[in-house]
Amino acid sequence: MKTLKSIVFLILLILTFCSCNSKKSNQETVLYQCPMHCEGDKTYTKPETCPVCKMDLQPMELSTLKIENTNGISEESIFNLTSEWNTEEGKQIQLRDLKGKTLVMVMIYTSCKAACPRLVADMRNIETKIPDNKIDQLNFVLISIDPKTDTPERLKSFAIENYMDDPHWTFLQGTETGVREFANVLAVKYKQISPIDFSHSNIISVFNSQGELMHQQEGLGVDNTETVTSILKQLK
Amino acid sequence: MKGHVFRYLTFIILTQTIVFGQSKNMAYIQGSRYIPLYGRDSTVVEVKDFEMDVFPVTNAQFIEFVKQYPKWQKSKTLKLFTDKSYLYNWKNDSELKDSEKLNSPVTYVSWFAAKDYCECQGKRLPTVDEWEYVAMADESSRDARLKPDYNKQILAWYETPKTNENLIGKNPKNIWGVYDLHGLVWEWTLDFNSVLITGESRKDVDKDSNLFCGSAAVNATDLMNYAAFMRYAIRGSLKAKYSMKNLGFRCVKDINK
Repeated sequence: MKTLKSIVFLILLILTFCSCNSKKSNQETVLYQCPMHCEGDKTYTKPETCPVCKMDLQPMELSTLKIENTNGISEESIFNLTSEWNTEEGKQIQLRDLKGKTLVMVMIYTSCKAACPRLVADMRNIETKIPDNKIDQLNFVLISIDPKTDTPERLKSFAIENYMDDPHWTFLQGTETGVREFANVLAVKYKQISPIDFSHSNIISVFNSQGELMHQQEGLGVDNTETVTSILKQLK
Repeated sequence: MKGHVFRYLTFIILTQTIVFGQSKNMAYIQGSRYIPLYGRDSTVVEVKDFEMDVFPVTNAQFIEFVKQYPKWQKSKTLKLFTDKSYLYNWKNDSELKDSEKLNSPVTYVSWFAAKDYCECQGKRLPTVDEWEYVAMADESSRDARLKPDYNKQILAWYETPKTNENLIGKNPKNIWGVYDLHGLVWEWTLDFNSVLITGESRKDVDKDSNLFCGSAAVNATDLMNYAAFMRYAIRGSLKAKYSMKNLGFRCVKDINK
């Protein structure tokens, strides 16, 4: 009996989804708007006349609808990646959940003794150059290249140790393929050279709120003026 | 009783074709330890047992793939995953240019496309270590790297232009039964971005950063293996969205025990 119930429920659920979809596609094909925008952005489904100025309603351009459909994500956006990540707070997210803020990203691993502390310092140096009232428009993201060792708990304690536990710091643990894929998007190279050590490129990347790559800083302890300028350009 | 046995037998035969059907055109590779040109700590690496595609993926197979997964069609792929030359030798979303052959290896594909192709077949791209392990065999031995002929032959291929236009399966198969690892096209590997010997890595890699030239050569285990040097150099210079005229791929599969 229980299974029957769940099957019926499933069918209903599918039906509702179907009907949602068909409605949407109707909207996409026939949406009309007053050419004078008398009633703001109000739309009609039939080619009537505008109740205010009595002009014929005009069909809306398809291109504006298309952009809405893809949530405004462009082809080059990293939000097109569908891999799953765990944050240091134990939340499961996709990269598109980070949309809306300017992202400063770097790949590290927490057991690293040589370059990572300096990379982390580079990230903090960038942070100090951002005015306090604008920091909430930013998200500093540190992605682990050692997802086996760097569990959310470990990342959390690393964050606390390094005074990077504010809301504008995010640490991510991915899957091995997810990390490999993301490294390839950033053109970061890395290789496990012993059970606890990796060698890796030192690259800090800046993305705008739409997930498009704006700037990459290569190397350790380099002059970050350019990086900071590219970040400030994104902020309001 | 007889009928029973007969039925049982046909059942076994039928299920066998299903179970092993997926591994059609794949060769069984018995894993082992070996020293690659660039390994972990430049020492021995271990390769587990796996299966490898006997041939590189062909144009015909890739046409089927983009039909099934339109997001990889030339006009629909995202710029994040491909560059301008993606499927450059195709006329449109589903056809090759007239000069191209269906049975040639597919090239002008990005790492993202190659990786997705393999995953959609229930396979994956080989790692650098796996690929090099199978590629060090010749027709008669599993490790032919010390044979002068082996290196000479590969280098002769590197000098031959336009081999990507040849057909698959024309070079002799190696002892594992795998064709065309050498002599046709370069191939993508899953972790190609683990090769840290490019010019740019000189400044942004933490290991021996200011000693790049020396360290690269000292890391290498077999200084005579120029052919392997070139392969690692190519891998180090690639980015995942690049497409190249002479860069294709093949897939491998883990063996579930």
